[in-house]
Amino acid sequence: MSKTPVTSSRAPVPRIVWPIIALALVLGFNLLFTHGFCQIEVRDGRLYGSLIDIIDRAGPVMLVSIGMTLVIATAGIDLSVGAVMAIAGAVAAGLVAQPDYSVLSNFDVGGSFVIAAVAALLISAIAGAGNGTLVAICGVQPIVATLILMVAGRGVAQLLTSGQIITFENESFAYLGNGFLLALPVTVSIVLVVFIIVSLLTRKTALGLFVEAVGGNPVASRHAGLRSGAVKIAVYTVCGLLAGLAGLIAAADIKAADANNAGLYIELDAILAVVIGGTALTGGRFSLAGSIIGALLIQALTTTILSRGVPVEYTLVVKGAVVIAVCLLQAERFRSMFLHVVRRRT
Amino acid sequence: MADQLTGQPVAHPPPTPLLEMRSVTKTFPGVAALDRVDFTLRAGEIHALMGENGAGKSTLIKVLTGIHARDGGDILLAGKPVEPHSTIQAQKLGISTVYQEINLIPELSVAENVFLGRQPMKLGAIRWRSIRRGAEAALARLDLSIDVTRPLISYSMAIQQMVAIARALDVSARILILDEPTSSLDENEVTQLFRVMRRLKDGGLGIVFITHFIDQVYDVADRITVLRNGRLVGAYETAELPRIELIAKMIGRSVSDESAAEAHRETEADSTAKQPFVQVRGLGRRGAIAPFDLDIFPGEVVGMAGLLGSGRTEAARLIFGLDRADAGTMRIGGEPAKRTSVRRAIARGFGFLPEDRGRQGLVPDLSLRENIILALQAKRGWLRTLSRARQTEIAERFIKTLNIDTTDTDKPIRLLSGGNQQKAILARWLATEPALLILDEPTRGIDVGAKAEIQRLIARLRRDGMAILFISSELEEVVQSSGRVMVLRDRVKVAELCGEDVNEGRIMHTIAEAHVA
Repeated sequence: MSKTPVTSSRAPVPRIVWPIIALALVLGFNLLFTHGFCQIEVRDGRLYGSLIDIIDRAGPVMLVSIGMTLVIATAGIDLSVGAVMAIAGAVAAGLVAQPDYSVLSNFDVGGSFVIAAVAALLISAIAGAGNGTLVAICGVQPIVATLILMVAGRGVAQLLTSGQIITFENESFAYLGNGFLLALPVTVSIVLVVFIIVSLLTRKTALGLFVEAVGGNPVASRHAGLRSGAVKIAVYTVCGLLAGLAGLIAAADIKAADANNAGLYIELDAILAVVIGGTALTGGRFSLAGSIIGALLIQALTTTILSRGVPVEYTLVVKGAVVIAVCLLQAERFRSMFLHVVRRRT
Repeated sequence: MADQLTGQPVAHPPPTPLLEMRSVTKTFPGVAALDRVDFTLRAGEIHALMGENGAGKSTLIKVLTGIHARDGGDILLAGKPVEPHSTIQAQKLGISTVYQEINLIPELSVAENVFLGRQPMKLGAIRWRSIRRGAEAALARLDLSIDVTRPLISYSMAIQQMVAIARALDVSARILILDEPTSSLDENEVTQLFRVMRRLKDGGLGIVFITHFIDQVYDVADRITVLRNGRLVGAYETAELPRIELIAKMIGRSVSDESAAEAHRETEADSTAKQPFVQVRGLGRRGAIAPFDLDIFPGEVVGMAGLLGSGRTEAARLIFGLDRADAGTMRIGGEPAKRTSVRRAIARGFGFLPEDRGRQGLVPDLSLRENIILALQAKRGWLRTLSRARQTEIAERFIKTLNIDTTDTDKPIRLLSGGNQQKAILARWLATEPALLILDEPTRGIDVGAKAEIQRLIARLRRDGMAILFISSELEEVVQSSGRVMVLRDRVKVAELCGEDVNEGRIMHTIAEAHVA
């Protein structure tokens, strides 16, 4: 037996390199062509500017994509995150504002944002655990199991708001969307804290290994004595919880709960962010940092397109083109095909 | 059963056989799947193709039906060379195949299934009446008269199997290949199928019958061809080949070399240990393994012998809790074990090296280190996380003691060779310090050096007091390693041999005996 590895002698390029390059390209483009893009102003001890704006705007997608990364690593998917965001926003806004038309006015929390937020997050986590139970215990395919809540969840949110937009005047709640902490928007701080906690939980404890093993080979994991059901329920619960948190931020941002539009299509952005970040939809190895980069790339693109004055209709098309490019670059087969063609030309 | 056959005239060899495969060779990267194999099929005979896993049966069939292109040799059909490149071409040549899993659509009617994909059309419309008539005619050939408009699923497995045969048998068919057709049939259904096979044979068809049920071969086959490790062992008249010799040829031992490994037998530890570590009583699961008893003592290797499909793995899975038993009890260390589960089994000190390394053992993208510590970490739970340093230490210890050939511990395990992967899965269980280690085909598909190392390791673990349940298709290995051997046949435990009786000849005789009380 020889010591030569089966693959090429070169160490493989980490997958996260490609989205980082793409992000750098988008930012570089703006640096050169968009006036004042990289300016960061300090006003009243707070940072303002396009770059800060991108990170702030990407907050909900980043939060959702952290949970989505874990779900996808178990070879699952969660389509219900947008609906869960809507529910969380509706619950919190309803409890805080107590409009008479909403059933939530039956629960008086005395205008306490903390109680409202805890209730909203609890409900989100339960919704996630429900998804996980359907997948792990009932054996429903993840795409179907979460599709149910994707459709029904938005309906529940609309019932909670009686089809209206619940506006609220609550400083603590609004702070979540517009406040600043240590010169940065509070959303950025929340994402940072969540990212660090989830990273520590998955990389410093065995949870990450369990998630990757269950996603990488569920049969072998069962033979090795892993509780794959518990692992799956846990990741869907975390995904639901983080979607709920994103829902609170989205509601705080506009000081209102809009059951129709809150988190609409966010599941698609989150899945894209995860895929761009190098986590395969087939499960196994995952990269939280990759997903964060992916979310930032998507938001940077959107912001760029808007600030360039390109008609909004083009946004989705350009987004699609960039996503395809990044995904193709990550595919080893395409890279070798591409290099082959390039070499023959030169 | 042989009486039935001796009465019948054995098919007289015609001048040119229906099918002749000469010196057929097929190489897959690194393995010779078929090495100059000859195979002859006469018209009007049922010819059993026998061999253990990896013998080359399915490769031979796939070459014949055009799924694999052969690397060498000739195929002659009625004396004329043919080159089937696809199953459709093979079918046009008159070679039809029915695979183990029935490729039909249960919700469609019998008639639709028979004509699926080749419906007679007229002016763009399907001609339902001719489909019905055609299906009835095709089934009449099998002496089967059923309502062809009813959905396939409303009929028994045997009828479904026959519908599959009717579908495969074009009017021009000359050769019918049946790949494990009886594995999901009950006894009556098998009889029904055999009647149809004999009828087709009498009509001049040549039938290739692949099965691992020895009794069925002696029931229905006229001749037997045995393959082993991609080579032809020989072709025999069924009536002239005693069962014991068939088994010997399949597993590649001669009946006479009985004393092969006597020297290795040591005084076993079971006399010193009063209490068995595991005590199995009447454990069974319908369709998998008939209820069986088994004691395994610490410091003892119990072998499990039997042909492919005899229920060895099924028995091991029940003990390990991978499948739920529907009968019987188990005591572990003298205490009754309640409902078993894998996690409980592991908590009580069980380890299980599965047969299918790729599907059931490896997590291919994870590193060697992660694969090694997986079971130990799962046993400890996520809160008691092994530190990275501790993980590396464990991995490095086993890389050293098991002589795993790798550049570093963080290499994805899929990049290692089969033997090294197997050692890594073995390390996964040794890291949990098990009291009972179940090894299902631990030496399959690995090179000779690694094989010898694993055998030495088994001996060492036994001396250290571990209880080991050792499953292998290679009798030589079983005899060398085990103090006691549980023999299985057709999903029933037929005997438990110990002491002097643990030798290859005795085991083969036990497997061959038709019915052991």
